[in-house]
Amino acid sequence: MTDSSKLDHLLHLYRQMQLIRRVEEEAAAAYAKGKIGGFLHLYIGQEAVAAGCSAAMRPEDTMIGTYRDHGMALVRGMSARALMAELYGKDTGCSRGLGGSMHLFDAKNRMLGGYGIVGGHIPLAAGVAFASKYRDEKAVTLCFFGEGAVPIGDFHEGLSLAALWKLPVVFICENNEFSMGTPMSRTLSVEDLTLKAPGYGMQSDRLIVEDVLEVEAHIRKAIDRAREHNEPALIELRTYRFRGHSMSDPGKYRSREEVEAHKARDPLLRARKQLVDGGREADVLRVEEEIEAEVLDAVQFAESSPEPSADLLEATTYVGPFAR
Amino acid sequence: MGTRSLRFREALRAAMLEEMERDDSVFLLGEEVGHYQGAYKVTEGLLEKFGPKRVIDTPIAESGFAGIAIGAAMVGLRPIVEFMTWNFSAVAFDQILNNAAKLRQMSGGQLQVPIVFRAPNGSARQVGSQHSHAMEHFYAHIPGIKCIAPATPADAYGMMKTAIRDENPVLVFESETLYSLKGDVPDDPDFTVPFGVASVAREGKDISLISWSRPVHVCLDAAAELARQGIDAEVIDLRSLRPLDEETILRSVRKTHRAVIVHEGWSYGGVGAEIADRIQRFAFDDLDAPVGRVSFLDVPMPYNAALEQHVIPNTPRVVEAARAALYAR
Ligand SMILES: Cc1ncc(C[n+]2csc(CCOP(=O)(O)OP(=O)(O)O)c2C)c(N)n1
Repeated sequence: MTDSSKLDHLLHLYRQMQLIRRVEEEAAAAYAKGKIGGFLHLYIGQEAVAAGCSAAMRPEDTMIGTYRDHGMALVRGMSARALMAELYGKDTGCSRGLGGSMHLFDAKNRMLGGYGIVGGHIPLAAGVAFASKYRDEKAVTLCFFGEGAVPIGDFHEGLSLAALWKLPVVFICENNEFSMGTPMSRTLSVEDLTLKAPGYGMQSDRLIVEDVLEVEAHIRKAIDRAREHNEPALIELRTYRFRGHSMSDPGKYRSREEVEAHKARDPLLRARKQLVDGGREADVLRVEEEIEAEVLDAVQFAESSPEPSADLLEATTYVGPFAR
Repeated sequence: MGTRSLRFREALRAAMLEEMERDDSVFLLGEEVGHYQGAYKVTEGLLEKFGPKRVIDTPIAESGFAGIAIGAAMVGLRPIVEFMTWNFSAVAFDQILNNAAKLRQMSGGQLQVPIVFRAPNGSARQVGSQHSHAMEHFYAHIPGIKCIAPATPADAYGMMKTAIRDENPVLVFESETLYSLKGDVPDDPDFTVPFGVASVAREGKDISLISWSRPVHVCLDAAAELARQGIDAEVIDLRSLRPLDEETILRSVRKTHRAVIVHEGWSYGGVGAEIADRIQRFAFDDLDAPVGRVSFLDVPMPYNAALEQHVIPNTPRVVEAARAALYAR
């Protein structure tokens, strides 16, 4: 890649990361005003994971993840409007207001969901990969989860079967060091989570997330192996969330200094600085301005959208007549 | 249309085989379904016919392989998952409850999950407390899935086909003690039995015995005994629990004015309680006696053969409950 095309690409990723951050900042504000209910898990600080991984994917590839899913949805092509309207529980949301923040789905873009049961989606991801292999589609599934999912059974069953059946799936553990308020030292017996992989005969890789392009490069290798050889992999990405676990978490289990130290290494600001240093400040400012407009438009769209009708409920529970 | 005489397990197998021939996206997975020919020989010969791509032996990882099957179904394959028995589905309960049943609604209707889970259910013979659960009560509670429990080979055949062709998750509750039961099965690969339609296994005018799966046969025995005592019992075989054929239940109760619900599993909550509720809500004025219940006694299943028979609904208990509803004690 020439320097200029590399910077173009970085600008594209910066755009995605900045969009996630600004959408979430506005979502947090709307939550504080009571416009958004339930749980809202922000991804702020971890954006380079979604953007970097998505950059290594093809359109036919699938992404599947946890309730911390806003970043995934946006990088796979969901509009800020459809996302914000879903958070508002509106009929124009991606899941017509029936899923909410934790359950974003965009089947067209093969973003197959955010899931609320820790670890429960890991076998599903292996299943999507199973279907790709069954139909010889040469498509890869990327499955995201936190380090808090590593101790649960479905992590082990999912990885064990994916390795046994050689499924084209890449398991990405976004290790943000905390499972809600519990540091990993109190949930896991080892610090290096890729140690789990050899037990399944699975490839692995780990990386501290500082540079979005580096994330992309590492994930690309795993995706290529999965696509070419049906070799699943476990990748641990060390990252950090700048906000609480969800909106109700004041974050008393970690010090202000610790959080500030991580913010100083914010991968989003690092990408921005690389762009500015590369002479792209004007592009950066233009992108930021565009995103402001896009995000404000999304909020207005969500505000003014209609509520879903109760008629939807039974119609979306079963295909065909309701079974009672 | 001709018929053939098949055992219950052969009827299930024929349905799966024909549907797998009809549609490449149908595949089968579970413990011992392939090389071992099925723990209860339901899947015998399918590996040889379809090969390891479509008949897949799994390790003992119910949550994992149920989840994989759901994932495959949500992108268009049509898996048939065999649990060795429904008891072991308990460790996959989360996958069925939170993924299979919820994906369609939480995606706003974008996704659907055409999948079949099937296994023997309920009491077997002296297999003890952990292997004797009637799991349909846990699952029928859940909107988003369908639950069926055939009692005859013809229904097993026709309903298994309907299940495989359904676009929703369908749970098929079979019975180890019915697998060898023989019956006439239509010789027509397009014979299907719709869900939500009960069958009247025996017509009668004095009392309605309402049941499904293995206890239907207990009810038929009890009806024969009641006939000897001058009582003409009707036996309703529900076949399908969700959807439930409320109309046939109510029509029967409006005719007989008395009902006893007979099933495996405990009576606290569950499908029997749901049926009793619908009868009292929609046929209150037609009832001449409280609705009776015959179920597992409210204890874990004992191993001892005599005590097990004591806990399972049996003919004398059904007869007694029917006589009580007729004030004929
Ligand atoms: C099976 C299960 N148990 C508990 C919870 C409640 N819960 C939701 S998120 C969470 C912490 C998960 O942490 P981690 O997996 O590290 O992901 P992160 O939130 O850090 O992204 C817990 C305990 C749940 N959703 N599912």
